[in-house]
Amino acid sequence: MTDIPSFFETPSPPGLTGIKAWLLTTDHKRIALMYLWAVLFWFMLAVIFGLLLRVELMSPGKTIMDARVYNSLFTLHGVVMIFLFVIPAIPAIFGNFILPIQIGAHDVFFPKLNLLSWYLFMLGGLLAVISLFSGGFPDTGWTFYVPFSVNTQSNVSLTVLAAFILGMSSMLTGLNFITTIHRMRADEMGWMQIPLFTWSLYATAWVQLLATPVVSITLLLVVFERLFSLGLFDPDKGGDPLLYQHLFWMYSHPAVYIMILPGMGVISEIIPVFSRKAIFGYKGIVWSSMAIAIAGSLVWAHHMFTSGMSDVAVFVFSLLTFLVAIPSAVKVFSWISTMYKGSIAMEPPFFYALVFIYLFSLGGLTGLVLGSAGTDIHVHDTHFVVAHFHFMMFGGTGFAFFAALHFWWPKIFGIMYDFKKAYVAAILTTIGFVFHYVPMFILGLQGMPRRYYDYLPIYHTGNFLAGWGAFIMVGGIALMFVNLLMSFRQNIRATDNPWGGTTLEWAIPSPPPVHNFPEKPHIDDLPYDFRLIVEAEKNRVKKGQSHP
Amino acid sequence: MKPADDNRGKTLGMWLFLYSEIILFGGLFVLYAVFFSRFSQDFVQGGHELSRIIGSINTLILLTSSFTVAASITAIRRNQVKTAICLIGFSMACGLVFLINKYMEWGHKIHMGIYPNSERLMESSPGFNIFFGMYYIITGLHGLHVLIGTILLGVSLVMLIKGKITQDSHALLENSGLYWHLVDLIWIFVFPLFYLVL
Repeated sequence: MTDIPSFFETPSPPGLTGIKAWLLTTDHKRIALMYLWAVLFWFMLAVIFGLLLRVELMSPGKTIMDARVYNSLFTLHGVVMIFLFVIPAIPAIFGNFILPIQIGAHDVFFPKLNLLSWYLFMLGGLLAVISLFSGGFPDTGWTFYVPFSVNTQSNVSLTVLAAFILGMSSMLTGLNFITTIHRMRADEMGWMQIPLFTWSLYATAWVQLLATPVVSITLLLVVFERLFSLGLFDPDKGGDPLLYQHLFWMYSHPAVYIMILPGMGVISEIIPVFSRKAIFGYKGIVWSSMAIAIAGSLVWAHHMFTSGMSDVAVFVFSLLTFLVAIPSAVKVFSWISTMYKGSIAMEPPFFYALVFIYLFSLGGLTGLVLGSAGTDIHVHDTHFVVAHFHFMMFGGTGFAFFAALHFWWPKIFGIMYDFKKAYVAAILTTIGFVFHYVPMFILGLQGMPRRYYDYLPIYHTGNFLAGWGAFIMVGGIALMFVNLLMSFRQNIRATDNPWGGTTLEWAIPSPPPVHNFPEKPHIDDLPYDFRLIVEAEKNRVKKGQSHP
Repeated sequence: MKPADDNRGKTLGMWLFLYSEIILFGGLFVLYAVFFSRFSQDFVQGGHELSRIIGSINTLILLTSSFTVAASITAIRRNQVKTAICLIGFSMACGLVFLINKYMEWGHKIHMGIYPNSERLMESSPGFNIFFGMYYIITGLHGLHVLIGTILLGVSLVMLIKGKITQDSHALLENSGLYWHLVDLIWIFVFPLFYLVL
């Protein structure tokens, strides 16, 4: 099958050459790659911001920057990480690349809209950058809370507009995915034969579609307030700042499920492949994705337990928050049960997936501490919260993203990276991660607030340790990317199915040809049937051949 | 089936987009509900400031145009291209008249000293200020949607004249029509909330 030219060699639409073949393409695979490089750029930038923040906090008082720069940096770190990395990373890159292939389609349903989403994404990023250099750094934090965001002199309007446009981009991607899954599945593929990564993207897409408009309108209102001072959030004029928080979290809490659901999908894909065993509880995982999407949309006010709400509301939101833990736990137990008595093949993607499960579970459990109203009052807006959501966003989505990178890298580029370096990088990143964030849990319990520039001497040890953890972690991440990029130079060809996967993307050449399927794909009755794979491996062992 | 021929798929995409539009306005309606329960008296007073006649005329205009858009889709299904062109042209004209009405209405309000941060609003009760804050945002955003809808209808009109929209392939017209119905539907809620609040 290697004589078919890959999508790198065939422009789509045909006839385009050079840079145009990329910038005007409607091929979902090329668009996914354009997202990949853009997202990696933003990720590295935000990592550097984060590192600078932690260096500043390593000792009390001024270390390397003054308080104003510090405020801007944590705002930028948040905005860039959330809107330009965590939300788009897995859906826009791997969703675009893998989703159509997994359901046996040639492309997404609206290829031009897909390209438009990419341009919106780039425009949003550009506006975010411009907002830095015109009218002062925004210093509100990524939540843009009123009244500060309306009153501050810095250029919040442009940053907010950037977030609005990025939201639009993410929403259109979601719309595209839902339509694609409904209308372009291979004829033989029923709903319960769809691979779990695609399922998780389906659940995500609904959240993107239904939650994003709320934040769009909220952010627009902030812009209107700044331009016309209508007073909707200003108590002097009859408004109410609390309403802003409600509207903001009505989107932004579901948004955390936009961030984590695709990650869970990646893990559900990786675990069975490296256990050589069908996923345990396929339907359970499908329904838990949908349950998380629905229940997760109803828990926003748990960000506001200290903002002023009736006790009944606090009780209800706390209860609903606890309910989200159930489908999340269903997934974790399904992954573990899949590994039980499986034939484990330890390889880098699987290693990242294991780290994901560990960090995600810890993050989830600490989330319950925050979800229960009583303990939340104690740790609200402290470093405990910072540590918790970094466990979820970074330990969860971030590591799922790394796992996905290592899992689909040979499929996307047709080359294999060095395993040893990948392991070292994974271990360094994990150790650094734990050293970085666990002290923050303790700092939070001791009462150190988040977003503070300075602190009392008793918090010094924790912050100092966390700073060293950050360096180890960033070192690990850097090594990981260097290793992946080195694979281009080493150029070790990967086979079409290096891991022994059963979903459709492994049945086609690596890298895929421009029309994904040279032959009509064969759809298995069950998406994770490893009997053939295991059989083939046994035969290879009998013949005395080594692993590919 | 290829996506290019899949009219149902295209319409599905449009419906999904319309959900998101409904939720966009939904956020504003939630704000309205909260403020209405807090300042019901002031909202009634604010409602008296608005001209019910212009509001009713605009409602009539949008409802009529919604009908003609629907009729044009039926026409193209029966391959009556000329009828479809006339009906779409009429709907576009309705959209423009609506916008002109809105422009005059806003102009009148601003002339009377009712605009964000104006002296009159600052001196009156907070609820009155909020009512007009909501009024300008919601009708403004709705007006923007009318404008976009009119442009979409215009694109469909050009495509109809060029013969790109035919009996078999009219997803663009249908989607523009759906969008226009949404604009109409939102107005159905906006109208009583501002003009008929008593």
